Amino acid sequence: MDGYYAFMLIATAFVLMMTVPALALFYGGMSRSKSVLNMIMMSFISAAIVGILYVAVGWSMGFGGEGTFFAPPFELFWLDGVTTDSYIFVMFQMTFAIITAALISGAVADRMKFSAWVLFVPLWALLCYFPMAHMVFSCTDDSLICGRIGAQDYAGGTAVHINAGVAALVLVLLLGKRVGWPKDKMRPHNLTLTMLGAGMLWLGWYGFNVGSIVFGGESPEADMAQFFSETGRTFANTTLATMAAIIGWLVIERLLHGKATSLGAASGIVAGLVAITPACGAVDIEGAVAIGLIAGAVCAWAVGLKFKLGYDDSLDVVGVHLVGGIVGTVLIGFFSTADGAGGIDGVFYGGGADSLVDQVLGVLVAVAYSGIVTLIIGLAIKFTLGLRISEEDEVDGIDLSEHGETGYDLHTVGGGSSVLAASTSSEGAHK
Amino acid sequence: MKLVTAVIKPHKWEDVREALETFGVTGMTVSEVSGYGRQKGHTEVYRGAEYDIALVPKIRIEIVVDDNDCDDIVGIIVKTAQTGRIGDGKVWVSGIETVIRVRTGDKDEAAL
Repeated sequence: MDGYYAFMLIATAFVLMMTVPALALFYGGMSRSKSVLNMIMMSFISAAIVGILYVAVGWSMGFGGEGTFFAPPFELFWLDGVTTDSYIFVMFQMTFAIITAALISGAVADRMKFSAWVLFVPLWALLCYFPMAHMVFSCTDDSLICGRIGAQDYAGGTAVHINAGVAALVLVLLLGKRVGWPKDKMRPHNLTLTMLGAGMLWLGWYGFNVGSIVFGGESPEADMAQFFSETGRTFANTTLATMAAIIGWLVIERLLHGKATSLGAASGIVAGLVAITPACGAVDIEGAVAIGLIAGAVCAWAVGLKFKLGYDDSLDVVGVHLVGGIVGTVLIGFFSTADGAGGIDGVFYGGGADSLVDQVLGVLVAVAYSGIVTLIIGLAIKFTLGLRISEEDEVDGIDLSEHGETGYDLHTVGGGSSVLAASTSSEGAHK
Repeated sequence: MKLVTAVIKPHKWEDVREALETFGVTGMTVSEVSGYGRQKGHTEVYRGAEYDIALVPKIRIEIVVDDNDCDDIVGIIVKTAQTGRIGDGKVWVSGIETVIRVRTGDKDEAAL
């Protein structure tokens, strides 16, 4: 299994890249120019904080033993008893914890105190993500979502995307709307960054999905055969679903709003990746294309919900991650095939509704757990440290008030920009 | 002396500058500005949310000219910047009392 080990080294680095810098760029480009650094910093600081906390207790809570909600936190405290030849699996799971926390940041753009975020992230990882990772990924017999309910989730539709999406919704309800939303203009300030980030997320997602293989362990030969067949399946499904979701999103966008946009394509990429995350091992390539198309179309519609319902989810974490995560997790109940990783036929393959019921139960548990725990953490911070920066700081720009920096310096004398800069430089000097 | 101020479409600025230089205008002040007239703005749609972008980017040119050249210069700007479509901009002329060249202290016509 030398090849597998080498692959995990690369997969782990890829998933870390999904947060720094892919997600940071994806979100940074969509934010306003006065908030871009804060947006990026929320991802970077999540990596720093969650990473160290994961090594301290995260691995132990997730994979250190039995438990319905979480394993004993101090069994493998600070990797005590974990040999270095297993470190790469700790690191791989660590990168999942990091990106899940960072995903939430898109919802709270422009207005959350950096100190409140720095406090929220470790509390949320500790109380919400580490337990959810145990419930879904550890899959001991008594773990709630995988062991007891038996819902299929290959790489984290519930633990990562539904978890982060629900947390985002709870947090924006506690934070309130940005000053001027939805009346004021809050369009993305740099979509080239967003396109770059979306493309890098797609690349990194191969580490995320394909690296999530869990071996049967019956014999080295059987594991090797599983490695070859299953990684091909998850790689192909991840690719095809993402492609289908771009098309799904752009078609709905063209029909509803008249134009196929670059932001729509970037959003379709992420929606497709989110939806195929739980399903990439369970379905065949037709199922992957169907899930991608459905997720792209549904999410393109779902990002409009915030205007109808009045919650200011700045960069659509709810519309893309919560909705996409639910779509992917539930559709496993229809599209799952017995040749897949779970060995279960879904509704469309003659397997009846049992799997569908398990998937829906898994979603409900994830929504309820994340919702309740995030609400408690959010309320605790709101009534102690406070969640929001002042209105004045928000209007002036959170980059300046929280970090003392500005993202761009385009207006200095002599710096110039666009038309004039091109003209004066071609003339060599001012007249 | 007159101050000629023109607000024109950005893509016409190079043509106008060349035409004025050919006529003999030796200097001008140019700025990138935003505004709107009858053209109004435009709408952009991001993830289904429609934004009215009220301000349109324009170039503003300011030239202080001799009374005798004023009509010619205004004519050149209007002719060169014209596309015939809405949003071509405006040119206006105002009177100037005095002009001083900072380097030499020359006054009025000598300072142009």
